[in-house]
Amino acid sequence: MNTKLIKSLSVLFFSFFIFNIYSQYSISGKISDVNGDPVIGVSIFLKEISTGSTSDFKGDYKIDNLKEGNYSILVSIIGFKTISETININQNISKDFLMNEDALLLNEAIVIGYGTARTKDLTGSAAVIRSEDFNKGSVTTPEQLVMGKVPGVKINSNNGAPGSGSTIRIRGGTSINASNDPLIVVDGVPLDNGGVAGSANPLNLINPNDIETFVILKDASATAIYGSRGANGVILITTKKGNGGEIKVNFTTNNSLSSIVKYTNVLTADEYRNVINNNGTQNQIDNLGDSNTNWQEQVYRNAYINENNVSVSGGIGSVPFRFSAGNKHEEGLLKRHKLDRYATSLTINPSFMDDHLNLEVNSRYVQTDNFFTDQGAIWAATQFDPTMPVYSGDTTYGGYYETLYSAGGNTGKPIPLSIRNPLGLINQKEDKSKVNRFIGNAKLSYKAHFMPELKAVLNVGTDVINSSGTVLVPETAASNFQNGGFQTKYDMQKTNQLIEGFLNYSNAEKSTSHRIDLTAGYSFQEWSTTSPSYAGLNIIGDTLNAPGIPTDTKNALLSYYSRGTYSFSDKYIVTATLRRDGSSRFSPENRWGWFPSASAAWIISEESVLKNSDFITFLKARFGYGETGQQDIFYDYPYIANYQEGSSTAQYQFGNQFVNTLRPDGYDYNIKWETTSSTNIGLDFGLLNDKINGSVDYYSKETSDLLATVPVVAGTNFTNFILTNVGSMKNEGIEVNLNLGLLNTNTTKIELGLNATYNKNTVTGLSLVPDTSSIGIQVGGISGGIGNTAQIHTVGYPTFTYFFYQANYAGQGLSYGEWQTLNPIENSFVDQNNDGVINIDDRVRFGNPNPNWFLGANLNASYKNWYLGTSMRAELGAYVYNNLASNYGNLQAGNSTFNSSNIHNSFLETNFQGNNNEQLLSNYFLEKANFLRMDYITLGYNFGNEISEKFNLNVALTVNNVFVLTKYSGMDPEVVGGIDNNIYPRPRIFSLNLTFDF
Amino acid sequence: MNYIKKINCLILVSITIFSFSCSKRLDLEPPIGLSSVDVYKDASNYEKVIAKLYAGMSLSGLHGPSGNPDIVGIDEGFSQYIRVLWNLQELPTDHAICRWNDVGIPEMCKMEWSADNSFVKAMYSRIYFQIPIANVFIKESSDESMDEKGFTTEQQNEIRIYRAEARFLRALSYYHAMDLFGSVPFVDETTPIGVFYPEQLERVELFNWLENELIAIENTLISPSQVLYGRASQAAAQSLLAKMYLNAEVYTGTARWADCVTYCNKIINDGTFSLDNNYSNLFMADNHTSSEIIFPICFDGQYTQTWGGTTFLICAALGSTMDASDYGMNNGWNGLRATPTFVNIFTDSTLDSRWKFHVSGEKVISGDTVTVYQDVNIGEVLTNCPDTSGYLIGKFSNIDQMGNPGSHVSLTHSDTDFPMFRLADVYLMLAEASLETGDQNTALTYVNMIRERAYGNSNHVYSTVSLDDIVNERSKELYWECTRRTDLIRYNKFTGSDLLWSFKGGTTDGSSVDNFRNLYPLPTYDIVNNPNLVQNSGY
Repeated sequence: MNTKLIKSLSVLFFSFFIFNIYSQYSISGKISDVNGDPVIGVSIFLKEISTGSTSDFKGDYKIDNLKEGNYSILVSIIGFKTISETININQNISKDFLMNEDALLLNEAIVIGYGTARTKDLTGSAAVIRSEDFNKGSVTTPEQLVMGKVPGVKINSNNGAPGSGSTIRIRGGTSINASNDPLIVVDGVPLDNGGVAGSANPLNLINPNDIETFVILKDASATAIYGSRGANGVILITTKKGNGGEIKVNFTTNNSLSSIVKYTNVLTADEYRNVINNNGTQNQIDNLGDSNTNWQEQVYRNAYINENNVSVSGGIGSVPFRFSAGNKHEEGLLKRHKLDRYATSLTINPSFMDDHLNLEVNSRYVQTDNFFTDQGAIWAATQFDPTMPVYSGDTTYGGYYETLYSAGGNTGKPIPLSIRNPLGLINQKEDKSKVNRFIGNAKLSYKAHFMPELKAVLNVGTDVINSSGTVLVPETAASNFQNGGFQTKYDMQKTNQLIEGFLNYSNAEKSTSHRIDLTAGYSFQEWSTTSPSYAGLNIIGDTLNAPGIPTDTKNALLSYYSRGTYSFSDKYIVTATLRRDGSSRFSPENRWGWFPSASAAWIISEESVLKNSDFITFLKARFGYGETGQQDIFYDYPYIANYQEGSSTAQYQFGNQFVNTLRPDGYDYNIKWETTSSTNIGLDFGLLNDKINGSVDYYSKETSDLLATVPVVAGTNFTNFILTNVGSMKNEGIEVNLNLGLLNTNTTKIELGLNATYNKNTVTGLSLVPDTSSIGIQVGGISGGIGNTAQIHTVGYPTFTYFFYQANYAGQGLSYGEWQTLNPIENSFVDQNNDGVINIDDRVRFGNPNPNWFLGANLNASYKNWYLGTSMRAELGAYVYNNLASNYGNLQAGNSTFNSSNIHNSFLETNFQGNNNEQLLSNYFLEKANFLRMDYITLGYNFGNEISEKFNLNVALTVNNVFVLTKYSGMDPEVVGGIDNNIYPRPRIFSLNLTFDF
Repeated sequence: MNYIKKINCLILVSITIFSFSCSKRLDLEPPIGLSSVDVYKDASNYEKVIAKLYAGMSLSGLHGPSGNPDIVGIDEGFSQYIRVLWNLQELPTDHAICRWNDVGIPEMCKMEWSADNSFVKAMYSRIYFQIPIANVFIKESSDESMDEKGFTTEQQNEIRIYRAEARFLRALSYYHAMDLFGSVPFVDETTPIGVFYPEQLERVELFNWLENELIAIENTLISPSQVLYGRASQAAAQSLLAKMYLNAEVYTGTARWADCVTYCNKIINDGTFSLDNNYSNLFMADNHTSSEIIFPICFDGQYTQTWGGTTFLICAALGSTMDASDYGMNNGWNGLRATPTFVNIFTDSTLDSRWKFHVSGEKVISGDTVTVYQDVNIGEVLTNCPDTSGYLIGKFSNIDQMGNPGSHVSLTHSDTDFPMFRLADVYLMLAEASLETGDQNTALTYVNMIRERAYGNSNHVYSTVSLDDIVNERSKELYWECTRRTDLIRYNKFTGSDLLWSFKGGTTDGSSVDNFRNLYPLPTYDIVNNPNLVQNSGY
């Protein structure tokens, strides 16, 4: 390499020498923005001689050694409109440029999957979110950075536990039982989105501070290049890179306090005593205690979060690099719960052979140390008798008050199935894990010497996750007293390896009227997961649970893809893609699938009619159609008849021997791709010099060969339910995105972003044989009884539609809103078919947990060095089932089988005495889940170098989860899946952030 | 030179790429487990597959007590074969009620089940989990198939017996299907695995098929004196045939009393089995030592763990002041109770050793009168009532005859086996069939042997016996052993209003139930899935 470098340098030196001989003139000047401020780092490029310069910190530039002649000059930098002019140089010229901001960043190259494209050339629906627009405050996991930013992209955090994951749905879910998660690609490496033992969420193993941009590909014309993984959209994450040059150091420190916003509504000790004294059995009254314990206050706390990140970027010699290191210490609201993350990353992107050979190496290594508090304490805290004390006064069972046998041979021992002391659960369990993840890739791209328009790219990547954890419950803990304590461990290793290569031809630098961009390549990716199984032991080492069957599973995807884009005069653009995917998950006959797409765009504003319009400055129409697939079915060998051996606790006795069992798994030899065909029609616009800009999209996605888990025809398989291609489904919607540059002066800037999405989901087919009598597939298990479900998939309705008995009210005939304020008649339901019996035939479909509308609003304002930002989200039209009220909002709940327990305070209104299946499934407990949430508000001051010449300082105060406006009676209306049952509360977080730049 | 290097480099890269792009890399097989072809290549695997077929009636999945379940869509423990069979055979009778409000349970007790009832579905799913697995095993163990694989004569002889056992186990599940559901879909070793629609076999056709099948394997099975405990012997097949003949009129419209007598006598004359001296021994942790059990479903606290089976029968019955440790378990689940009707058939309760009711404050019964533990009105039992209400009963126990508890480390799972067929049942079948053919003497002999064992002396023997006496004797002798519903149907007392008990028909005192409830419905999902099926009338 050294000799090559010397050669290259000598060539460079030689060319300077040559220019020196013939040079005569120079061009120089100042580049400034509309406010007169210098613009730094602008590229000034002379096309004819491929020579250029960049503006310095004062906005000055200069290019020497120019021969006399006409030159096409391109002045460009991201964020401003590119200036293209022809200049005649016949003397030393001084020329200043005034740059206009480009709100649409039309010339910015964004990553689109196997290459890049200019925003202007996009024909599909794609959204870009850059780091400066990310959500602020205490963000642990990357997807939270873009929550509420993009129409059509619904992101809901699953709960408030440290590092917990989110549910991301792009334009609704396209499947029932296969994955509905989008494909996430980091620097060209598609990630494994399966779960990781010992980690709340595998995405929290990426440091959000290292992320530069998110590109979200929403429609099939954009995602079809990802073929069988494109059906649910694709999120392309690009991490920050070094840009060579001067070494810069950035240090940020963020310190936060989090606190609980709202408790679950259960009776206070006094209310409980009152209820039991008036309504309870003599036994219950006798058992009342005289303490006043708020168990929820006992299990939650104000928690502290600390995060520090340092990054160093620049160039060492000619090698641009960026190195970062960060740690985050996050305490959960639940006592003892905590997450520690240590993240490092190194990126280098050197170029060789006169920029013909580019190498980009990204590597990131993250370790998280988790301490998981027993989340059973959340439920126990709502249920434990509030008249009982926290501590028993003696040292047995760790000193915690527990429900004990009062008679018989077990007197004084804990009753096994009774509720355990919530604080005892927390303090008497050590559940720890350590998870390491390495994601790395090396991308080599070579521009052919004989034809620089042709580029070959080779990308190899790997994603390795190692996790391990231990669980220990001492023998003194009441929860495991009968077993003599409990201990176990687990570990898991996941690897994901990628090799891909593609060729790209692009004449973009040569031609503006006929731009052609062609890409063709292949990719091979293999995922494997192994996880041994360990026994559960008691403290002295007796086996309580035998080891289960270990996991060892692998799948691979082999793909060929191509894309062609043709753009005429920057006005008419067509793109077509074709991908062929082969998945190891399907039989050789069904393994391969074709995934085509075609799309077109017309930049109307380039037409002469509009070209000089002051009002419409940009207008583009898009149309696309494509087919994508889904093969992520969470199981790698669905088509193979496989026999598995049972564990040592599942043997059978023959004489005096116990014999291991061998069982076939159910399989479907004919299982194949789920296919989603989607259409997208969109309009992008910029008005008033793009001060107002945005887009409107209509989409329709139809899934066929829908993969659903359905009952097996009895006698035809080795199981009773099987995942098979059985139905069809449709998602249809409209997205609107609007950015308003409300004010932009020397000192003040106000920008408002608004987005809205309407989505309608309908199941259009769902059984092996066409049938109209089927009620559908019941799903959505609830607490209360065993096997009760609250939701149903039915043809003609959205997935997960609620399926309930309709409560009778004293005021029948009133409208929904009116009767909801009344109390229902206990155990009385509408006999829909008037057959005199209340049974499943009387259950009715009511709404579903997904909103019809979801909205986002983002405001950014600055005045001099002050800035203010906020982001809000709203969801409308969804329903949530209050399972806590349904299960515990009655007198019977206070008298459970094994102990006295608390009652949900909805009892005070309803006065429900008992509890049964029909009552549990009463639509009375279904509530509207409409909400408006302010995700964060931040106020900052940029000191610049006011404090010291040596560094710049930026200070910001942020509040996360500022408020939620809702009529929902439970703790939080944002319940993924719609069944509200002891969700880990989302904290409100106050943070102080300091950023230093050296 | 440089160019050539670059080209070489490109070629190298291309080769690497090509090797990765080879589509053979998509031929991945599970690293854990064996493909079906590999399983049956190795003669030693046959024992493990037949063990799974037996375990299908005892375990809920591949990992005891739960994990990697055989059927899904319902809680694993709730859906264990014996537990659902018990729910279907005992809950809708005078023997039992359950105070849990889990979905489907109150409907079973009130005889108001629908075609979507979770236990009806679970029973059907368990049956049709067993049958296809047996089918594949039977197919892979045919003489031709074994010859093809080149098994030795010794291996073939062993596998031939396993094959007969697989046919017995398949027949047992088909018998349950015929008894509970009537006409059901039929698949055998000639049908494939995959999407197709099995034909529905009429109940009488299934009866005939079962009869032929059991007679065909009768002599291939091992004799009762030589069989290993746990495996099905000739007597198991004979017991099943006797049971079919006993109920033949219900299944086919034609009574087969004489055949029932023949097959009961075969078992008795073999001489291997004898009545246990002590009734309680039959339901204890060491009941595998009993001389009376003809065919057990085995459970073990260490090696055969489940939340169903006898763990369920013991724990679910423990409640109120019953002390779990007296039954060798660490806790009670407080669910099962008996009905007042059943309590009342024990007219001389204190003398009958089969009386296992829990009496307030004490366990040992002495004197002539006892009070059964019942604080609160029986009417509350079905609504997750306070745990003090209802009649508690403790028939099954995880204590052995020496008074020691079972083998599970924390006494969570029982060692007690479930007697699917036992000699007392055969005696009572013989008595009933004999009486039906007019042989009062034989009937008296065998009923009185049961009574002598129950009372420990001959003071309570009958001098004449009626069919009503026999069905009552069966009730007292065989309660909670999954025979009550079948017995009541044979006597036309399950539906209608001849015999009423609490919650029959959904009323506290009991009320008449329509005759269509003599059969369970085929689950809705299969009616929808399989166009060949016709639902039982009334559903």
